[in-house]
Amino acid sequence: MMRLPPFTYLAPRTLHAAATALAEHGADAMPVAGGTDLFPNMKRRQFEPKVLVGLRGIRELTGIRGRGREGMTLGAGTTLSAVAAHPEIVAHYGALATAAGLVSSPQLRNMGTLGGNVCVDTRCNYYNQSHEWRKAIGFCMKKDGDICLVAPGSSRCWAVSSSDTAPVLWSLGARVRLVGASGERVVPLEALYRDDGIQYLTKQPGELVADIVLPPADGWTSAYLKLRRRGSFDFPVLGVAVALRMDGDRVGEARIVLGAVASQPRPAPDAAAALAGERLTPELITRVADLAAGPSKPLDNTDFTHPYRKKMTRVFVARALRALAGLPGGGRAAEEVA
Amino acid sequence: MTKQDFSIIGQPLPKIDAWAKVVGETKYADDFFLPRMAYGRLLRSPHGHALIKSIDVSRARELPGVYAVITGADLPRVKFGILPVSQDEEALCTEKVRMVGDAVAAVAAVDEETAERACRLIEVGYEPLPTLMSIEAALAHPEIRIHEYGDGPNVHKNVALQFGDVEAAFAASDLVREDVFFYEGNTHLPMEQHAAVAHATPDGKLTLWSSTQTPHYVHRLLPRILDMPAAHIRVVAAPVGGGFGGKLDPFAHEIAACRLSQLTGRPVKIACSREEVFYIHRGRHPVLMWIKTGFTKAGDITGCHLKTWLDGGAYGSYGVASTFYTGVINPVTYKMPVYKFEGARVFTNKPPCGPKRGHGTPQPRFALECQLDKAAEQLGLDPAEMRARILAEPYTKTANHLTVTTIGLGECIDRVVEASGWREKWRGWRSASAGASTAPAGKRRGVGIAASAYMTGAGTAIYWNSMPHSGVVLRADRSGGVTVLCGATDIGQGSDSILAYLPAEVLGIEPKDVHVHPADTSLTPVDLGSYSSRVTLMCGMAAIQAAGRLRGVIAQAVAEKLEVAAESLAFRDRKVGVPDQWERALTFTQAVELAEARHGVLAFAGSYAPPKRAGKYKGGGVGPSPCYSYSACVVELSVDEETGEVELHDVWIAHDIGRALNPLLVEGQVEGSVYMGIGEALMEGQVFRKGLHKQPSMLDYKSPTTLETPDIHTFLVETDDPEGPFGAKEAGQGPLLPVPPAIANAIYHAVGVRCDEVPITPEMILKGLELRRKGKSARVGPEKIPLFKFKEALMVESAFGRPADAVAVRPFQS
Ligand SMILES: Cc1cc2nc3c(=O)[nH]c(=O)nc-3n(C[C@H](O)[C@H](O)[C@H](O)COP(=O)(O)OP(=O)(O)OC[C@H]3O[C@@H](n4cnc5c(N)ncnc54)[C@H](O)[C@@H]3O)c2cc1C
Ligand code: SF4
Repeated sequence: MMRLPPFTYLAPRTLHAAATALAEHGADAMPVAGGTDLFPNMKRRQFEPKVLVGLRGIRELTGIRGRGREGMTLGAGTTLSAVAAHPEIVAHYGALATAAGLVSSPQLRNMGTLGGNVCVDTRCNYYNQSHEWRKAIGFCMKKDGDICLVAPGSSRCWAVSSSDTAPVLWSLGARVRLVGASGERVVPLEALYRDDGIQYLTKQPGELVADIVLPPADGWTSAYLKLRRRGSFDFPVLGVAVALRMDGDRVGEARIVLGAVASQPRPAPDAAAALAGERLTPELITRVADLAAGPSKPLDNTDFTHPYRKKMTRVFVARALRALAGLPGGGRAAEEVA
Repeated sequence: MTKQDFSIIGQPLPKIDAWAKVVGETKYADDFFLPRMAYGRLLRSPHGHALIKSIDVSRARELPGVYAVITGADLPRVKFGILPVSQDEEALCTEKVRMVGDAVAAVAAVDEETAERACRLIEVGYEPLPTLMSIEAALAHPEIRIHEYGDGPNVHKNVALQFGDVEAAFAASDLVREDVFFYEGNTHLPMEQHAAVAHATPDGKLTLWSSTQTPHYVHRLLPRILDMPAAHIRVVAAPVGGGFGGKLDPFAHEIAACRLSQLTGRPVKIACSREEVFYIHRGRHPVLMWIKTGFTKAGDITGCHLKTWLDGGAYGSYGVASTFYTGVINPVTYKMPVYKFEGARVFTNKPPCGPKRGHGTPQPRFALECQLDKAAEQLGLDPAEMRARILAEPYTKTANHLTVTTIGLGECIDRVVEASGWREKWRGWRSASAGASTAPAGKRRGVGIAASAYMTGAGTAIYWNSMPHSGVVLRADRSGGVTVLCGATDIGQGSDSILAYLPAEVLGIEPKDVHVHPADTSLTPVDLGSYSSRVTLMCGMAAIQAAGRLRGVIAQAVAEKLEVAAESLAFRDRKVGVPDQWERALTFTQAVELAEARHGVLAFAGSYAPPKRAGKYKGGGVGPSPCYSYSACVVELSVDEETGEVELHDVWIAHDIGRALNPLLVEGQVEGSVYMGIGEALMEGQVFRKGLHKQPSMLDYKSPTTLETPDIHTFLVETDDPEGPFGAKEAGQGPLLPVPPAIANAIYHAVGVRCDEVPITPEMILKGLELRRKGKSARVGPEKIPLFKFKEALMVESAFGRPADAVAVRPFQS
């Protein structure tokens, strides 16, 4: 069996205590929530923190507050199962419930949290391997080495943002409340990310995600489609999040955000702009889907071939729009339900 | 016997170990914890091919908590291998590593963490050599040799057999097709990772508990590897959490655990990680195939010529047998008057391939069944009807001298054709898909059919001998309980349960009254192991023989007591008596007491060896089996033309089981086979990149989940074969075989794309659709075959159609 490296586990009861512990131990410490991402990574020696600050005992991190009409606040420690099943979220932020319900497998959704999902490590199939494997092929710059095996000659890491909920939260206009030892701030979710496989988050290492804040949902509908080999278990290798505010039979405002095609969720603003003020006709959908595929620039470091993932961006955007427009041919068949 | 005469046989009983497994009571090898036990770990090579220049273990030895560190120098300098003709492995490599994952050193320590740290402190000096990662590369670089032995540079085995004049048959055919196929390698993926615990005791003896499918072969090889007498070694197969052929060789972790235990005087456990299991492998060979078949207008096969190239990986393993198996079973299904087979197994720097479920036969089955589909289309025939017309004849010999007894394939085809609504769907949807090229992209439905045959136990052991292949000792005493000792290994297929059902049936008691002690070389008579679908038939026959002998002695004692003829006695409901004076019947316990008093200790043996039917030519020993099982399968699926994704809706599968000793277990085996076949057809691939396994984890190696598994409708066809225990044949492997070709044929039916390669990915289907849109041939698959000279074929007369004996004389019958 693969074993965890040794570490000290702290179990603070308050956010403040957790933030203080993180500040105290600096680079040696990491927070852990459900551990469904971090523990497997530690077994592979992608992270070797000496101190883990456990967030599971912190009450203020859990709970879902508010209503769709006035906006909602989701504690970062809320499990994905709870997010997926919450009636108010299902009714008003459908894509979020869908995305949370499509993460990995039922067991992992019972453990995994929304905060952990927003912060989930970027992935690459040269990197998500054991220490021995990575040593055999030659360590890459994301851990222990200084080159990139996917794009040799590149000075940056192209590991893939693999969160299902992040592109959806971005498309919904969510904000995050960050809490550190010396204070807190609220930033738009998109400001949390950076297109770099290693430093994919902009927050300070000592800052914790405390809440995810959703704006009022009135008039908005949303959809999320996920590409993966199997109906469960697998990370997304393409995610398509679409949120629309309709003005009568025309699109008032639109946001399209792609997941798993870059080191951060990637918006498709040209495609979204082309929707504004228009009726959702099949012709428009085709044109928008073509535009949305533009920013999709996958590399060969996940399951499926990257040309296929690019090609599917167009298909999935069209399907998401068709689903929202009530046209036939939207969505996919057998998707897992929470 | 007819079905009504049985009381246990034919009942859908739960397995005798079902409860223990469900509640987590079963103790697998990794659940063994012995006092003072140390934890071992192997250091494995990071190079695909390299000379070992030096190994320095001094820093590892100095680490506190480390008990011992060994290298190949601590073991006798002998090479071993499961087959006598391929002795090419070392537990810990001494001079050269041939794949990433080859073991070079081993550590025993106080815990796993320390063992892991110690491994990182071992310094190995390697001189890397070029790696050969494909059949083409291995053949193109004879100057880089992975092994020094074999039938040519990097050619492990080269075989060529010809039964009759195939060229003449092709010349006289109405249609001759040549096709090229590729079947990617894949692995077993058992839930239980390999683990072993070895305990060398102060008396100089050694016990090994291991998750092995073949304690006997491990027991045979250890003496030479460890240089100690077999009589001082005990090998116990712990309950095996899935094998599928991946636990059939002696492995480095087992041998290292033994040596480390001898050196430390402590029990030593080595439990492999999932990644290591991918390196242990011995899974499905990647096989490139060229197949040429002649047909008459009516669809009869006139002759067939098959060439196979197997990517064997770094070691021999069962590879010589695998090579033969890619050729020898195909003629068992349909009338095939003349046949030529050429096969070559090539060494590469990948984990060694070996006997995965269906051993060597799913690949040529895929080729043949896809080719039949193409031929049927060209000839304007319904592929189901065409197959039903050309079935092999029962009780005849095949071109390659295999004896076929009962054949239930005709009924199997009928059952799946009826249940699936084949006729309407195949005709109706075909006209729809024919016009689909202009219709907008959408989801299209299709159906596909395929059939197959598989053996029920290899007719010869892997080493030449004339001893039993399976033995049972049956003991009864005044408690009324019966104990079965048998070397058979339950790998989840249910052999322990079979060993309870059969004596219970013969003795008229309940399976619960039977205590089964399996797979312990000190305790149980030899059974060769759980492979080649041999166990139910062979240990079943031995168990019936032993139970019959016990029954005879009990009957004599009861007959004396009741003053009736022994032949008039019936054994049922835990009683022994004359049926029309049942009120006078004795309880089974009373009957045993009488017999024990009259006879002394009641212990009886049963032995089984298959009929000697090997063809009288070199290579004729691979392929003969007491009897063959048959399967037919219809798949219904839809293909998404925008994404290339395949969604399976239903699988109808009928299996000629001879007799279902327990229909629940048979259905379980059939469903498991279908599931595994789906994985091989649509996603599983043991693939490599930059010399390394690309995805050695259960997350990244894609195997279907329940969500990808369609409704499976299983039909059991009973032919009551005279060779099998109460007429039974195998169920564990055969039903996998028709699944991949039926899926490929259904995809063609749905969207007109021929995928001549598995796994069939969405990308391949989109490529085929693109070709079709451009008006080109919508075929995706290998284009070329290697330039390779097979050896001169051994010419043997075709035995096709000769009458064969119903039951040949079996040894150990009297
Ligand atoms: C087999 C498998 C399949 C998976 N499939 C998917 C999938 O399909 N889609 C998907 O999105 N994910 C998937 N995951 C990843 C993971 O399960 C989810 O992302 C989950 O939501 C992570 O949440 P967690 O609470 O377990 O995070 P943890 O593992 O506890 O933490 C993940 C990261 O976030 C940090 N972190 C956690 N909470 C906070 C916080 N409040 N503030 C700041 N930092 C924090 C941790 O330090 C760590 O770096 C999969 C994992 C596995 C093992
Ligand atoms: S993208 Fe390059 S640097 Fe980043 S993890 Fe993959 S191989 Fe390493």
